[in-house]
Amino acid sequence: MNPQSNAMPEAPLDSQVPAPAVISATRRMYWSVRRELWESRSIYIAPLAVAALILVGFLISTVHLPDKMRGALALNPMQQHELIQQPYNFAALLIMGTTFIVAVFYCLDALYGERRDRSILFWKSLPVSDLTTVLSKASIPLVILPLVTFAITVVTQWIMLLLSTAVLLGSGVSVAPLWSHLPLWHMSLMLLYHLLAIHGLWYAPIFGWLLLVSGWAPRAPFLWAGLPLLAIGVVEKIAFNTAHFAAMLGNRIGGGSGGAASTAGSMSMDSLTQLAPVQFLISPGLWIGLAITAAFLAAAVRLRRYREPI
Amino acid sequence: MACIEAHGLRKTFGTTVALDGVNLRVEEGRILGLIGPNGAGKTTALNAILGLTQYQGELKVLGRDPWTERDLLVRDVCFIADVAVLPRWLRVSQALDYLAGVHPRFDRAKAEGFLAKTNIMRTSKVRELSKGMVVQLHLALVMAIDAKLLVLDEPTLGLDILYRKQFYDSLLNDYFDCSRTIVVTTHQVEEVQHVLTDLMFINRGRIVLDCSMEEFERRYVELTVHPEQVAAARALKPILERQVFGRGVLLFDQVDRQQLASLGEVRTPSIADVFVGVIGNQAGQAQGAAR
Repeated sequence: MNPQSNAMPEAPLDSQVPAPAVISATRRMYWSVRRELWESRSIYIAPLAVAALILVGFLISTVHLPDKMRGALALNPMQQHELIQQPYNFAALLIMGTTFIVAVFYCLDALYGERRDRSILFWKSLPVSDLTTVLSKASIPLVILPLVTFAITVVTQWIMLLLSTAVLLGSGVSVAPLWSHLPLWHMSLMLLYHLLAIHGLWYAPIFGWLLLVSGWAPRAPFLWAGLPLLAIGVVEKIAFNTAHFAAMLGNRIGGGSGGAASTAGSMSMDSLTQLAPVQFLISPGLWIGLAITAAFLAAAVRLRRYREPI
Repeated sequence: MACIEAHGLRKTFGTTVALDGVNLRVEEGRILGLIGPNGAGKTTALNAILGLTQYQGELKVLGRDPWTERDLLVRDVCFIADVAVLPRWLRVSQALDYLAGVHPRFDRAKAEGFLAKTNIMRTSKVRELSKGMVVQLHLALVMAIDAKLLVLDEPTLGLDILYRKQFYDSLLNDYFDCSRTIVVTTHQVEEVQHVLTDLMFINRGRIVLDCSMEEFERRYVELTVHPEQVAAARALKPILERQVFGRGVLLFDQVDRQQLASLGEVRTPSIADVFVGVIGNQAGQAQGAAR
């Protein structure tokens, strides 16, 4: 922008040509989601780091793998099954827990951070509506993070399996029990179902609430997200000596009684027989939760319109 | 069509009146300077124009209601709110990608052209740039958008004089043409005097002066007189008087230039002096009324 050089460089003269007039809503959404990934790189860095840690730990543990497998042959098939699957389920659980925590912190900052650093004024100067913005932010915990978790977990489990196979082959122990007790395709399918059903749908009101608080809180969104819930629970306890609200929250976080799998909490994801997708899809808890999510998100959209930067 | 038209625009925050029945009309192709003391209502007025805040009264920007039709309006309007709003984590290349992705009127080649004249690297993050470079980046992005109205709220706050001068030079040379309208608020009025085509003073939520720069130059005259002439000059009711090197400098509003020329040297005053004359007098009257 040197004022002395009046000659303009490449091509500004064709600015008279009208720019492409319409940009589709999907394209705006796509770029808004990409924007979120640029800003919050922890969305993929945190689970990748945990996956790397798991693999390092697992690599060290393979020293004892041949002995363990020889010992496992003496056990009955049920115990064998559990012993072999245990590290794989643990890896999935750890990565899932990480992305859940990432999702919580992401939501709390999503609409708060842009007000705090006033960058909301920049985003609002662009033709992206508040609705698109809030939906793109909601898609991170509801869609993107479950998919990221799925991809990273599956790759991690496959690397673990291939590592084990290599070690066992090297030491002359049979790999047959390992492969027969690890139906990884099947496990992946179960994991995907669990992530989409529980993290994407069942947990949706939790993330909706966090986004709403993030859009409203004048400061300390973390406290504002927790304290009102605590207050309701305390008032209910003192006034009626009941704990329905706390039970309801516990049920929501625990995966739900009418959950996606009859043993949703126990995370054993190896049998399609445990799945109850129809039961899950017709459970009122799911639909009430989704309705509440929609209300929270609508409120967040409205708040983004009205709230001024902090 | 008027670019901005307001009738009885009002906005209150609790008991504070930020805009107190503002009437204004800005034609297309003008560069309007909205000048006022701190807390005069400048930013509130701009926020109303940009659809960022609700208001009472009538307001049309490019023929649209900025609050209810904001999503449509924002395609034709750009703004730089102040220097600190570009998010610090954003990379220059990401800013270009994103704008090209979401803005139908963004011309990426043009923005790259503007950036090529600066020292801003494509891989830098906003947090790594100096304050002046952040404003250069923001201006490059905004100038590459083919908008009808550009709103600048204290765009050069905290910049050194070289960056400030460059800012307005690029705006005039590379951006402005007669189909665009620019509204700017600033405290550095000396630097925008030659840039503006129209001038508005706002004080306590009211427009106290609204004129084109030609009108301004006709209307206001600054007279420098020797001490012996001061009494005669004072008789013509100056709106402001000060002493410079023992000579009297008096500011007149709508007094015949020929008559003043017979008393001493006449010239066009700076916006800053007229501002002090107009707003300062108001403050004085208000204090007088209070006593």
